Parts: sequence; structure tokens; C-alpha cells
Amino acid sequence: MSPLKNIIYNCRQATFLIEKKQLQKLGFRETIELRIHLAGCSICILYNQQSRIIHEMVKQLFLDSMKTSGTRLDDDFKQELQERIDAELNKK
Amino acid sequence: MATENQLLDPRHWVKAHADYLYGYALPRLNDEEQAKDLVQETFLAALERKDKFEGKSSERTWLTAILKNKIIDVYRKKSSGLKMADVKEAEEEQQDFFDADNGHWNKAHYPQPFGIEDHDPLTGKEFNQILQKCLQKLPALWMAVFTMKHIDDAATDIICNDLKVTQANFWVIIHRAKLNLRACLQRNWI
Repeated sequence: MSPLKNIIYNCRQATFLIEKKQLQKLGFRETIELRIHLAGCSICILYNQQSRIIHEMVKQLFLDSMKTSGTRLDDDFKQELQERIDAELNKK
Repeated sequence: MATENQLLDPRHWVKAHADYLYGYALPRLNDEEQAKDLVQETFLAALERKDKFEGKSSERTWLTAILKNKIIDVYRKKSSGLKMADVKEAEEEQQDFFDADNGHWNKAHYPQPFGIEDHDPLTGKEFNQILQKCLQKLPALWMAVFTMKHIDDAATDIICNDLKVTQANFWVIIHRAKLNLRACLQRNWI
């Protein structure tokens, strides 16, 4: 099989390029290969859409978890931490 | 002459930075106890080397850098040596996604529409919960790569260096992690 034909039918390789493309600009050859594949593969078109949505959602999820009030330490823990630091400082 | 360097004020660290550092660590570790431990370790390590603080960055930036290194240590430990069994398992999970010979999707694993492709996905709270659950199923090394790339948008070569993976392996991991994540969403959502 020629290399080009290889990618036309190879969804594993196409999904690999779809993932790479989200994080980095593809090379010229990779871009062409992916475009040709997607022109003829509706399953990977759907994969491509979903992959992008998941990418955005994961980013948003991480952002949210950093902002929410759930990420506050409890006071007891802080109190202990403070005492520990004070003790260290007083040692010196 | 004294420059306008920032000074450290360890007695105020807890009040000024503890919540911030915890909020930094938690999404990266997804483990409350471990995040707490690392906040504590960060303060203690910072005390030990407070003479080395040069005042070039703010106190918070300096503490965060210490914490970040500790998080990377955790990633490394989790994904080293014997614990790679989780990677093997995750790889087995996806081995029938594609035909072994021609790389075509196997019918049983065709992606199916989620039904949220056209809507604003960010409103789907229930979907988010499933996403979180599916993320937790990823092997530790994959999760570490994925987290560093998605939260910090860290440069690929930095991630590779920190986690001791090759560039080629980095892309394989990104691909595999996403394949499993997507399949997990499909299994649990539709």
C-alpha cells in the first residue's frame, strides 16, 4: 500500500493527527493526509468534533476547579500549619 | 545599595497563600489529602531555603514554583516502574478500537453522536461529572501528561523532560488518553 493510500483508510492514524492538531500545527504532509482522510470518513469527522468539544470541556473543568470555593483549606489544618511554621522559625 | 527586592514573610504564608496553593494543587492531583500534604511540604521546604530567595519574583510565585516541582515529583513517582500496570490495562482497553491490519474503526467502537455537539457543552453539569469520572480512570502517566498540557499549556519539551518521556511517546500518550476518554464518555453518556 502506498503511504497516501495508507492514511486514506487508516482511522487510527487519522485520529492521531486530529489529536496532534489540537495542540500543535501539523506539518504540510500531515495536513494534507488528514484533510484527505476527513473528506471521505464520516466517522472520523464525528470523532474530530467530539475531540474538540472534549478538549474544551477538560480545559474548562480544570479552570473551574481552580476557581470554586471548594478549594479552601479547613481552618484546623491551617492552624496546625501555622503552628508548625512558627515552631520552625523559633528554632532558629 | 539595597534594591527594591521583595521580602519573605513566613509568618503570614498560611494566611496569604495556603488557599491559593491548595487550589493550585488540587486539580492537578485530584486528591485532597495529597494536595494538603504538598502545601505543607512546600512551606517547610521554603523555610529551609528561604535564604536562597533572591526577591526576583513575588513570594507567591516563588512558593508556587516549589509546589509545582513537588507535583511533578508525585507524577513521576506514580508513573514509575512497577506501577505502569495501569498503562497496560488502558492499552488493552483500546486494542480493538481499530482493525489491527488496516487501522479502520471496528464497528462496535464507532463513535456515536453524544447529542451535545451543537449545544453549549459547558452547561452540561451531568456530562461534566461523567467527564471527571472518566478522567480519573486514565493511567497516572497519561493523566500527568494530559493535565500538564491542558492546565498549564506547558511546552511539549518541558513536559517530556519533566516526565521523562520522548516526544514520540508524548503524542502517542495524548492520542491514547483521548481515545479512552472519548470511549468512556460514550459508554457512560449515551
